[in-house]
Amino acid sequence: MKTGRLSTIAAALVMARRDFTAILFSRSFVFFLLAPFFPVVVAMVAGGIGQKVQQSTARAELGVVMSAADGAALSAARDQLAREVDPGLPEIRLVRRLAPGETADAAAELRRSSAAAIVSGSLAHPVLTGTEDRIAAWQGPVALIAGTALQKVPTAWPEVTPSPTVTSNADRRESRAGTAQGAQTLLFLLTMVLAGMVLSNLVEEKGNKIIEVLAAAIPMDAVFLGKLFAMLGVSMVAIAVWTGVAGLALAGGQHLPDVAAPGVGWPAFVALGVVYFAMAYLLLGSVFLAIGSMAATVRDVQSLSFPVTMLQLVVFLFATYAAAQPGQPIELAAAVIPFSSPFTMLARAANDGALWPHFAAIAWQALWVAVSVRIGARLFRTRVMKSGTGGAPRRPGLLRRLVRNTQG
Amino acid sequence: MKMDLGKAAMTTPRPLAIEARGLVKRFDGFTAVDGVDLSVPEGAIYGVLGPNGAGKTTSLRMLLGIIDPDAGFRRVLGAERPHDMAHAIGYLPEERGLYPTMKAFEAIAFLGALRGLPLAEGRRRGRRLLEDNGLGYAADRQIRQLSKGMAQQVQLLGTLVHEPRLVVFDEPFSGLDALNQGRLERVIRGLAAKGTTVIFSTHVIAHAERLCDEVARCHSPVRSTWRATASRRRSGWRPAPRTAPGARRSPPRPGTRARSGTSPCRTAGSSRCCAR
Repeated sequence: MKTGRLSTIAAALVMARRDFTAILFSRSFVFFLLAPFFPVVVAMVAGGIGQKVQQSTARAELGVVMSAADGAALSAARDQLAREVDPGLPEIRLVRRLAPGETADAAAELRRSSAAAIVSGSLAHPVLTGTEDRIAAWQGPVALIAGTALQKVPTAWPEVTPSPTVTSNADRRESRAGTAQGAQTLLFLLTMVLAGMVLSNLVEEKGNKIIEVLAAAIPMDAVFLGKLFAMLGVSMVAIAVWTGVAGLALAGGQHLPDVAAPGVGWPAFVALGVVYFAMAYLLLGSVFLAIGSMAATVRDVQSLSFPVTMLQLVVFLFATYAAAQPGQPIELAAAVIPFSSPFTMLARAANDGALWPHFAAIAWQALWVAVSVRIGARLFRTRVMKSGTGGAPRRPGLLRRLVRNTQG
Repeated sequence: MKMDLGKAAMTTPRPLAIEARGLVKRFDGFTAVDGVDLSVPEGAIYGVLGPNGAGKTTSLRMLLGIIDPDAGFRRVLGAERPHDMAHAIGYLPEERGLYPTMKAFEAIAFLGALRGLPLAEGRRRGRRLLEDNGLGYAADRQIRQLSKGMAQQVQLLGTLVHEPRLVVFDEPFSGLDALNQGRLERVIRGLAAKGTTVIFSTHVIAHAERLCDEVARCHSPVRSTWRATASRRRSGWRPAPRTAPGARRSPPRPGTRARSGTSPCRTAGSSRCCAR
């Protein structure tokens, strides 16, 4: 069987297939798949702890040092208000019943008891003793409870008939903003993790001395493209797995979160999410691969990629800020700047239903991906093998070949 | 006999598998290769002999298109861009490298696929080559589970799996024991017998003398001398026939002839670096 010359794309496919299968069937890919579940577990544990802390804070009690009658009235008023108006009102505990004519040192009672503050005096003139923060937080509630106990506010509350709706415009806007921010964060995390993986993959390859075998057989552009697209394929598999597991978990738990439907609808939003992820990854991946070509060791990679990571974080924050200013020039700027464009446009897809801006943005981003991959591949080629510039006639560019074919 | 060969060479010159003129390569201001000329006829076993650091590897890399020269001209199997003929070239670098987690037969198939051999065919040939070379039992073992010598053999088989017309070996004998050196010599002779052009670099004169139809010698005893003379007279390589005093002559293989009349420095036994 005769072998034939491989085109750059065919050579890139050979490379991509090797990298794709090697990564997919490696142990590190299993850990990579498990990686997002660790933050989820940590978040759940942290959430549980936070809830417990919150509960313990909520249990902070207001001590009462009053006559028995005032104390009882105060306690009854608090329970009524908690039922009808605000369940978050402080719990009341009678610390000391005062005999008629008896006075008490509230500060001393506070020191002795476990209450967070002490209310003393009378219902008409309550005195709140506690730290400044606690007084600021409880001054209003204490006045309301005391007023209710004195029957200066209505004690019979009219019955309100509930007529629930699924959502409102205000709720939808707020909820979509949440969807946009969540999608942006997910996109950012995925992009960073995968671009980092392609980088370490390349450094490993340089360490294995395989790069010379590759460079002798296929153009370095093909090596670059193959690596980039292999990792894109791997990331798509990972996203599919994560989405599936998350879907199963949510469906199994019969607890679908109240996430507002994005402006463009879920199917279009998911499709746009995949496209914007590919664009963001290809843009950042080509930068990281170019960095990888300059790095000889993992330490080099860390020191070289740190500024880029920080820069990408700034870009992400910029896109997040811009997404909160819909229709403003800053949103347009974030949509035009190539590195922030995928994040901004994904947020826009959540907030707004118009589809045409996405077609324009994807075309614009694709142009920059082509430029970025081209520059990255050239840097990769010159840096990895320290190649020169002369000696061989260059293949004419695609545009020049098209013009020549048209004329010919 | 010698005259007949010379006449034949002049009347029907064989086409060149590799032709290079004035190749120059600099790294960060340091000139590693300066004005190398090379003509390798098709079907020849061609040795590039020189001391360590003489620029042999850099020159081979330029010929293969791994790096582009800063100046000069090269043509490999008729193509000015060597990658255009990658499917007809095999290359075994000095620093061997394979993916450690790949199985042996997959590694061979992958190296073939890089050269345009369909993967399924590469796998089939990989298994067969391993069987033929007594390594059939290791076909499904990962590279990292093989000994260094076995991994080297796997890479050699991967270099040849697509049946190239030109094979380039960079210091192929380094790190091999005597048994494997002999085995590799037989492989090289076998390739040449089938009409494949073989070019290899070495710093061991004995290998070049035993194997080569022609040897390009690079006489750069110390690098400082090379660099010092580079500005005044461009150092270069010229093919020199194997007629050095004391060299063992073996009869040329049928169909191969020493290329004649191409070098002004074709003095038998010349040990100088030819200058322009």
